[in-house]
Amino acid sequence: MTNATLKQLSQQLAAGAVSSVELATQYLDRIEALNPQLNAFITVDRARTLADAAAADAARAAGNAGLLTGVPMVHKDIFCQQGWKTSCGSRMLDNFISPYSAHVVEQCNAAGLVTLGRANMDEFAMGSSNENSYYGAVKNPWDLKAIPGGSSGGSAAAVAARLTPVATATDTGGSIRQPASHCGVTGIKPTYGVVSRYGMVAYASSLDQGGPIAQTAEDCALMLNVMAGFDERDSTSLERAREDYTRDLNQPLAGLRVGLPREYFADGLDGDVAKVIEDAVAELKKQGAQVVDISLPNTELSIPAYYVIAPAEASTNLSRYDGVRYGHRAADYKDLVDMYEKTRAEGFGAEVKRRILVGSYVLSHGYYDAYYLKAQKIRRLIANDFTAAFAQCDVILGPVAPTAAFNIGEKSGDPVQMYLSDIYTLSVNLAGLPGMSVPAGFDRQGRPVGLQIIGNYFGEAKMLNVAHQFQLATDWHTRAPAL
Amino acid sequence: MKWEVVIGLEVHVQLNTATKIFSGTSTAFGAEPNTQASAVELAFPGVLPVMNKAVVEKAIRLGLALGSKINQKNVFARKNYFYPDLPKGYQISQMELPIVEGGVLPILVGEEEKLVKLTRAHMEEDAGKSLHEDFSGMTGIDLNRAGTPLLEVVSEPDMRSPEEAVAYARALHSLVMWLGICDGNMQEGSFRVDANVSVRPFGQQEFGTRREIKNLNSFRFLEQAIKYEIQWQIDTLEDGGRVEQATVLFDPDSGETRMMRSKEDAHDYRYFPDPDLLPVRISDEQIARIRSEMPELPSAMKARFVEAFGVSAYDAALLTGSRATAEYFEAVAQASGQGKLAANWVNGEIAARLNREGKDIGDCPISAERLTGLIQRIADNTLSSKLAKQVFDALWDSDLSADAIIERDGLKQVSDVGAIEKMVEEAIAANPKAVEEFRAGKEKALNALAGQVMKASKGKANPAQVQEILKQKLA
Repeated sequence: MTNATLKQLSQQLAAGAVSSVELATQYLDRIEALNPQLNAFITVDRARTLADAAAADAARAAGNAGLLTGVPMVHKDIFCQQGWKTSCGSRMLDNFISPYSAHVVEQCNAAGLVTLGRANMDEFAMGSSNENSYYGAVKNPWDLKAIPGGSSGGSAAAVAARLTPVATATDTGGSIRQPASHCGVTGIKPTYGVVSRYGMVAYASSLDQGGPIAQTAEDCALMLNVMAGFDERDSTSLERAREDYTRDLNQPLAGLRVGLPREYFADGLDGDVAKVIEDAVAELKKQGAQVVDISLPNTELSIPAYYVIAPAEASTNLSRYDGVRYGHRAADYKDLVDMYEKTRAEGFGAEVKRRILVGSYVLSHGYYDAYYLKAQKIRRLIANDFTAAFAQCDVILGPVAPTAAFNIGEKSGDPVQMYLSDIYTLSVNLAGLPGMSVPAGFDRQGRPVGLQIIGNYFGEAKMLNVAHQFQLATDWHTRAPAL
Repeated sequence: MKWEVVIGLEVHVQLNTATKIFSGTSTAFGAEPNTQASAVELAFPGVLPVMNKAVVEKAIRLGLALGSKINQKNVFARKNYFYPDLPKGYQISQMELPIVEGGVLPILVGEEEKLVKLTRAHMEEDAGKSLHEDFSGMTGIDLNRAGTPLLEVVSEPDMRSPEEAVAYARALHSLVMWLGICDGNMQEGSFRVDANVSVRPFGQQEFGTRREIKNLNSFRFLEQAIKYEIQWQIDTLEDGGRVEQATVLFDPDSGETRMMRSKEDAHDYRYFPDPDLLPVRISDEQIARIRSEMPELPSAMKARFVEAFGVSAYDAALLTGSRATAEYFEAVAQASGQGKLAANWVNGEIAARLNREGKDIGDCPISAERLTGLIQRIADNTLSSKLAKQVFDALWDSDLSADAIIERDGLKQVSDVGAIEKMVEEAIAANPKAVEEFRAGKEKALNALAGQVMKASKGKANPAQVQEILKQKLA
C-alpha cells in the first residue's frame, strides 16, 4: 500500500478499501521502522496524525470528502504549521512551536490531507546536500552513503523511501529539483508567485518558491492544485484565475518543440548523466517532439549572481532571529550585544553564518554597486536569455545536476565545489521560471538521475504534460529503493 | 566672530490610518503593551508585509499641499540594524524614489513670511518602544507602536534661527492636521522632530559640521535644544575646538544636549530594495482624484481672507494657522459682515484666552455664533470696546448670547446726545483747572475731562461722542 501514488490512495479511500487511519498507521509504522536509517524527519507525532486521520474519516463518513481527504502527506519543516514545531532545520528554532499556519499548510488542511510529520532539511534551506541540518544529515534511500540532495532532502528521501506519497518542499536555487533528481522522484517548482510564501520561512525572498515532491507528475499536478493560488497576505503572490494543473496531462507530444541548451551539455557534465538525458530526449522524440538547439549564454554567471543575491536577502531575512521574542536565546550574557552575539553564534550553523556574512558584505556601503547591483543586472540578462530561448521552443530540457548524488562528506569541506553543482538549477530561480525534475535513469553506481524540464512563465501544465507522457512510456518513476 | 546658524529638520509624522502600514493590526494609542502586535509586528518566521494603501493616499495629500513632485513609482527598502524594539532587524522604509520630492512650506517668523524648501518625504514603519523602567535591571519591549505608518518629512537646511525652526515645525504640524493625515498629538509621539544644527562664520559659503538632535516631541524642547546646541557649537569653535558629526539627545531636565553616537559609530544600514514588496505605482488618475478631494489649503484661504474680508496678510496668516481657527473665523466674518473686527477678536482676545487656558479653538467656550452676536453689537455702537471686553468675559463664562448679557448687566452704550451733554457740562463745571489747561493749548487735558465723563457714565457713554461734544462745548 505504501507504494501507491497519491491518485491511487485517493481512489482507494473513495472506494472505502482503506480508511485514513489505516493508511496513516501504515505510513507511521514504516517511518518508525526506516527513519532511523534515513533521518528524513525532524518531527513525527503519531497521536496528532491519527487524530487528524480520524477526523478525515469522519468527514468522509459525513459525505464531506474532497478528492484528497484523508491522504497522508509530509511538510518540509520550513512551512509554519500551527501547533507543530517549525524548526527550519535550525537550532535557532528548535523550540519554536508555530502559532499559525502557512498558506500552503492551510490549503492542504482544507483539502483534507493528513500530516504524517515534518521533513528534515538544510538549515534555513541553505544547502545542496542536506548535510547542513541541526538534526543531522539525511541519507539517500538508494544508497545510505550518498546525500539525498538539498535543501528539501528530507521531503525527497521520504517520498523515495515510500514513507509518504507526497511532500511539500521549497526551491530557492534548486532545492526541489535537485533532491528529487538525486532520490529518483518527481518534483516541480512553479513560476515565482504561483504558490504563496506566507508562512514559508524566508531564505531568499525573491527566489523562494514552494512546490510538491511526489512519485509521479500526475500526483504533482494534483498537489499543485491544492498548493497554488492567490493569497493577499503575500504581496508577490500573483492574482490569477485558478488553474487545473491536470488539464493537459494527456495531450500528445507531437509537434512539441524541445530546446536543448548547449551550455547544459558542455564540460563538467558527467557522462552517465549525459547518457540518461540523451535517452530521455530520444524517448520524447519518439513521441513526436522536435529538438531545437538553443543557447543560454549567461548560464555560468548564474552561480556568482545567485550567491550574491540569495545571501544578501538571507542576511536580512535572518536578522529577526535575535533571541528577543522566540527561538533560541543564549543562557548567559552580559549585555544586549553579548546576547545577540552568543544567541546567533549558538543558534546558526556554519553555512548559515557563511551566507549571512557574504550577504552583509555585498550589501555594505561601497560594495553594493559592485556586487548586489551587478548581480541584479546579470539576473536580467539571464531572464532575457530564457525569453529569447522560448521564442524557439515550448520547453527546455537538460540535466538537473552535473552528477548523480555524491557521497556524504565528499564536498562538505569545500563550499565552492558544492555551489558549482547548482549550475543547472539556479538560473531558473533567477528568472522566476517554473522547473521540474523527472526520474529518467541511473548512473553506473545505481544512483538516480533526473531530467530537468524548464517551462515558460505559467507553463506548469505544459511541463506536467511532458513529464506525464514520459512517465506513461517509462518506468523510472515506479522504481523504489530496497530498504 | 559673528556666526550664522543653519538648521534643517526631519519630522516623523505618524499617519492616522486605522491599521498599520504592513498589516491589518489596529494603530490605536494606549492599549495594554503588545496587545496590538500581530504575527507581522512580532516578526514571526514566514510572515510578510502587505502595503496599506491608505498610507499612500495620505502621503500624496501632503505632497500636493507642499507643491511637491509625487513619484509615481515607489520602492520600499530595508534599513538594517539590530535593536530589540525593531523585531525584523530591519525597518521597511524608502531610500531611492521617496513618494514626495521637493516642495515648499511657507512659515511666518514675526511678521515676515519665509519659504522653506522640502527635500523629500518618505513612507516607513515606526519601531516599537523599549521600556527601561519597571523591569528592575531588564528592558521591556512594547510592540504596539511597531508598524505604525510614518511619513518622514525632510527639509532643506533653510532655517537660520531657532525661531525659524519652531515656525517651520509649527507650520508643518498645522498642515498635517489641516490635511487630516495626522492627529498631531505630540505627547503621544504622533509628531516627532529631529533637528540638524550647524554654525558657520557669517559669509562663509560651505556649511559647518552638523550634529543631529534626535526625537524632540514638543516645540518648547525643540527651541531649547537648538538654542543650547548652537551655543555649545559656538563655544566649542571659539575655544579652538572642532565640532564632530554626531547624533545627540536633548535632556529636558538639564536643558542640555548630550552625545548619543559619533560618526564612527554610525550604522551601515545596508539599504536594499525589500523583495517582499512590489513597487507601489501611483497613476495620474489617482493623483487627480486626491487633488480634487483636498480641502482648501491654508495659502489659498489666506489669500481669500485678505481679498474677501479685508484683513491684513499678517492676520490672515494667523487665522489660517489651523483649519479649525480658519473655519471659526470665516463663520464669524461671514455672519457679522465684519471681517476686520472678527479677525481682531479671533487673533486677539480669543487666541489670548485660549492660550492662557491651554485650550484649542475646538474647545473654545464661545461659539462662532455667539462671537458674531458680540461683534454685531460693537459694529452698531451698542458696545464700546471696553464694554465689549466685559461682555466677552461674560460670554466665556456663560451660555448666554451677547444681547442677553447686555440686557442683564445693563451694559448698553449711552449714545443719547442729551444725556452725554449733561454729563459733559457737569465735568466742565467740576474741573476748571483742566478746562483752563486745554484752552491754554494742552490737548491732553481733554482726555482727563473725557475720562471724567466716562467715569460718570460707568463706562457706558459712547467715547467718540464724548470727545466730540467736549470739543464743541470748549470751543
